[in-house]
Amino acid sequence: MRSTLGQPMPTNSQLDPHWKGILECAAIEVFAMMANSEITPMPEQPEQQQGEQTAMVGLAGALCGMITIRCSKESAVKLATRMLGEDAKSNPSMVGDALGELCNMVAGNFKSKITSLADHCMLSVPTVIWGEDYVMQMVKPNSGFQFALDCEGRPVWFSLVIHD
Amino acid sequence: MSKLRVLIVDDSSVMRKIVERSLRQAGLDLGEVLEASNGAEALAEVNKGKFDLILSDINMPAMDGLEFLRGLAGVESAKGVPVVMITTEGSEARVVEALSVGAKGYIRKPFTPEQVKERVAPLLGGGQ
Repeated sequence: MRSTLGQPMPTNSQLDPHWKGILECAAIEVFAMMANSEITPMPEQPEQQQGEQTAMVGLAGALCGMITIRCSKESAVKLATRMLGEDAKSNPSMVGDALGELCNMVAGNFKSKITSLADHCMLSVPTVIWGEDYVMQMVKPNSGFQFALDCEGRPVWFSLVIHD
Repeated sequence: MSKLRVLIVDDSSVMRKIVERSLRQAGLDLGEVLEASNGAEALAEVNKGKFDLILSDINMPAMDGLEFLRGLAGVESAKGVPVVMITTEGSEARVVEALSVGAKGYIRKPFTPEQVKERVAPLLGGGQ
């Protein structure tokens, strides 16, 4: 694969320990700027991801994997309302699309902060899952991390899984 | 100054709404705001009438923002209309290319209404 600059794409097949902090920073910026929502690190991480709404964006090129955001329906509605106005409250489709767009921007912001990825990693269009009863499985070998940030008293989960 | 007639081009309907909302929150006096989901639809709108401002995504299916910009070069009603690109990508090359084929500025996502105003207002006639 070649980059937009015509140079061979470097690959980042190993998880960098700094990426967790970079993804956290990218998420905080996007939520603050696009949803006027201050999200902060949680003193204690909940043990398990929970939430009825998940958005995911695939990464391809120098880094192959997926970035996801998962939260409760209440948090998703609140975020969508801040992004799009009161109409979103009664429109589940707008709520899903808004979370997908947030995920897309978090992924874009994340990769733009990493020089080796910025020009060499492409994003898929966002996909949104409704419901809690699912398991996401990625082709092995893979590695990654997840963390929750506090969004007005409720956890919003972020994860990065990459194909090693 | 009369209200601004604006065209917003993005394949994401959510992003089109966010951009319009940001323009309003930034205090721009918007009149008619039309939307297009790709460059081809946008060119069709531009051929129908004059806009005061066009904001366009770069990465779109069917016809992307760069092709759209090239297409605008031959359209009489697009002469002098400022086009501002909106992108998520960290790709400097795409932004530089957009500026070289006629874009007057760019806004990188994420953005605040203040940043939108900062980029857009200087491109408009007085009063905005």
